[in-house]
Amino acid sequence: METPTLPPQGVTVRTRRRRRVARLVALPIAALALSGCTVPTFGASQGVTSSSKSVYHLWQGFSIGAVIIGGLVIVLIGYAVLRYRRKGDSIPKQTQYHIPLEMVYTVVPILIVFGLFGATLVVENKEVANPQTSVIVAVNAFQWGWKFSYPGTSTVVVGQTTESPIMVIPVNTNVHIDLTSTDVIHGFYVKEFNFSRYALPGIVNQFTIRAESTGTFFGQCTQLCGLYHSLMFFRVKVVTPSQYTAWLASTANPAAAQASATANHQQLSSHVPSKPTKSTGAY
Amino acid sequence: MTDVLDPPITSPHDDHGHEEHHGPTGILKWLTTTDHKIIGLSYTVTSVILFVIGGLFAEIIRFQLAAPNNNLVSLAQYNELFTMHGSVMIYLFAGPFAFGGLANIIVPIQIGAPDMAFPRLNALSYWLYLTGAITMLLGFFTAGGAANFGWVGYAPLSNSINTPGAGADLWIGGLLLTGFSAIFTGVNLTATIFYLRAPGMTMFRMPIFTWNMLVTGILILLAFPVLTAGLIMLYCDRHFGTHIYSVSGGGVPVLWQHIFWFWGHPEVYILALPFFGMVTEVIPVFSRKPVFGYKGMVFATMSIAALSLGVWAHHMFTTGVVLLPFFSIMSLLIAVPTGIKIFNWIGTMWRGQIWFSTAMLMAIGFVVTFLIGGLTGIYLASPPLDFFTHDTYFVVAHFHSVVMALVLGAFAGLYYWGPKITGYMLNERYGKIQFWLLFIGTQVLTFPQYLLGLRGMPRRVALYFHDPQWKVLNEWSTFGAVLIGISAAVFILNVVVSWKKHPAGDNPWDAHTLEWFTTSPPPHHNFYRLPQIRSERPTWDYNHPEHRSLGHGAHANEMVGEDVTVS
Repeated sequence: METPTLPPQGVTVRTRRRRRVARLVALPIAALALSGCTVPTFGASQGVTSSSKSVYHLWQGFSIGAVIIGGLVIVLIGYAVLRYRRKGDSIPKQTQYHIPLEMVYTVVPILIVFGLFGATLVVENKEVANPQTSVIVAVNAFQWGWKFSYPGTSTVVVGQTTESPIMVIPVNTNVHIDLTSTDVIHGFYVKEFNFSRYALPGIVNQFTIRAESTGTFFGQCTQLCGLYHSLMFFRVKVVTPSQYTAWLASTANPAAAQASATANHQQLSSHVPSKPTKSTGAY
Repeated sequence: MTDVLDPPITSPHDDHGHEEHHGPTGILKWLTTTDHKIIGLSYTVTSVILFVIGGLFAEIIRFQLAAPNNNLVSLAQYNELFTMHGSVMIYLFAGPFAFGGLANIIVPIQIGAPDMAFPRLNALSYWLYLTGAITMLLGFFTAGGAANFGWVGYAPLSNSINTPGAGADLWIGGLLLTGFSAIFTGVNLTATIFYLRAPGMTMFRMPIFTWNMLVTGILILLAFPVLTAGLIMLYCDRHFGTHIYSVSGGGVPVLWQHIFWFWGHPEVYILALPFFGMVTEVIPVFSRKPVFGYKGMVFATMSIAALSLGVWAHHMFTTGVVLLPFFSIMSLLIAVPTGIKIFNWIGTMWRGQIWFSTAMLMAIGFVVTFLIGGLTGIYLASPPLDFFTHDTYFVVAHFHSVVMALVLGAFAGLYYWGPKITGYMLNERYGKIQFWLLFIGTQVLTFPQYLLGLRGMPRRVALYFHDPQWKVLNEWSTFGAVLIGISAAVFILNVVVSWKKHPAGDNPWDAHTLEWFTTSPPPHHNFYRLPQIRSERPTWDYNHPEHRSLGHGAHANEMVGEDVTVS
């Protein structure tokens, strides 16, 4: 385009236009590059597990795409709406097709979609992998509470609704979860894990959590499970491995484990859900 | 020029004229009619009433959520309310409004047909629909209350042990009836479009709305029988001792989800495609241009329909039993034809003469809102991001962006075709007030919900006292719902104010398609005469013979820039 002789008029207009388009596209990318590592969160957060972080980065990647494409479309709509508002009764050119342009906005999205799919596969394969580990927690959801038992030990934590039973797990360790339900479908969801999974009756769902920082995190049933769904809370407490071992030893309680197993069995066979204990109000 | 195009083809019904149609009047006419326009109008009015009822449920839900530990309704009532809100809106409003209401009225006229292919089946559809709707709502008057297991009725929560009571049975019964009504309408639309097109109305001269209704009709025939079968099995589980969905008898609860979503995802497009079609009629007319990329639009519609049959398990990623990447890529790919449509809508407006009537504002509002719903849908097609957001308010926000876009599309259709159907114009000033309330209300409703979801608020909870941060966002969302409620009131007011005030004339918008060639409202068998049909815009060609569409490649460069002079 930098030829010394004057190019034909149309070409200049087209190149100028192309340059303008290039600038439009380059602007948000440059803005992102300038801000360096501080890519916006787009409302999400890193979470505390190894996979919650990769989910967060995938979220950012998708969001950058969405903001660029969505922004482009909004700008085009805004431009059309402002620029082509009716100015009299003349009839505009009745253009109906522009095959090259239509090809572009067919092919480019397909390429973007495959890019998103590739990124999805990488994160998903990592997230659903179940590496060997010695720490296993059997999570049993029921109407309307949770039971956390630790196979190989006699520790059992069980609680209903706002009692918020606590699942204790060690930090920086792969924790294998066996998730199931005794009655209807429940949802195991901890916001800081950026992860949820259904607790299904008759199926044991397996996944691995690797928490990378200690703390107590709020969890809640996310799948509608009946009357007290709104109050089916639990907590996850991430502690150091030594604290975890000490906690296991201190909570060893064969009698409780036995009782809980019996209670659980009753729950399976009985169809009348027990009334949950409530801390406040009468619902 | 005009004389070339002038000789009109008279309709075969012209010689014995509509005047000779003698039949009952008043309520007896309404009860016995097989006229697609009257049936369609009944459908439209019934579904709009149900929209108001479902909207009232939504307002109660939003007021309950306006405070974290609110006591407006009990936990049990709350479950009934959101179940019936979803059920009324999806089963009884959005679909029936589109394919039983507007499409029923408009499609035969758009293709120059005197009526639907099976007028009596059409009447049966309506009566099944009305009966089904009443049946479902009667649940509120039973001892145990209405159905309360969510509009998706997941097993085993929906079995007779976890949800005893007649409300759930009435829900199943109502759904079966409306399901059959949808199937019959699907048969009718498909047959009408294939067999009753006027001479000259080839497939590629059909308006996009008609195209979309053809594809919708075929999708209904593929998807609805599956739901019907699933519901019958659910009923057997509840009452006849089968164990299809219950673990105890060797059944599989997840099977219900497969069946439900095998219907449920095509259903999303059964709901969306008619509204895509309405908007694709409105945008060209008010831009004074033909629809840009007509064939691209048709192929995009077909691709959406085809892909929609292979994506159902993206609703089930968090079950952990279907993690096939197949469902992820198929779901992501739906973004491509949807994107084509959005760019085509922009291409239609490009270099047009845009007239911002209420219908056009609603259509543009639809495109913007659907863009938001579509973009957030892309996240949900990615399993890791779905694990992250599933069953949180992010999903609620996503599909409310989508369905509120459809509501905007529905009002675009009502403001656009209302004058044709009734013969009278709606008030534009009220219409614009309604548009802004509805459009802003929609964004104020959904935007805080996206954030709530990302901050971990689950759906279908009546109380949320553990995190004080959620309160402000919920208040904003409730405020948005109030704006939407006011907009609906403005619409009703508009109908009252404009009642039989300003006659519309045959073609108040200088529109393109055949329905604008006949009178408003159209006569008994729709046409006294038809123009020559040589493109997808016969009425426009008749009125503007010197401004016909520019075909393929003829002026390919003109969209790009002022550089026409070069080539």
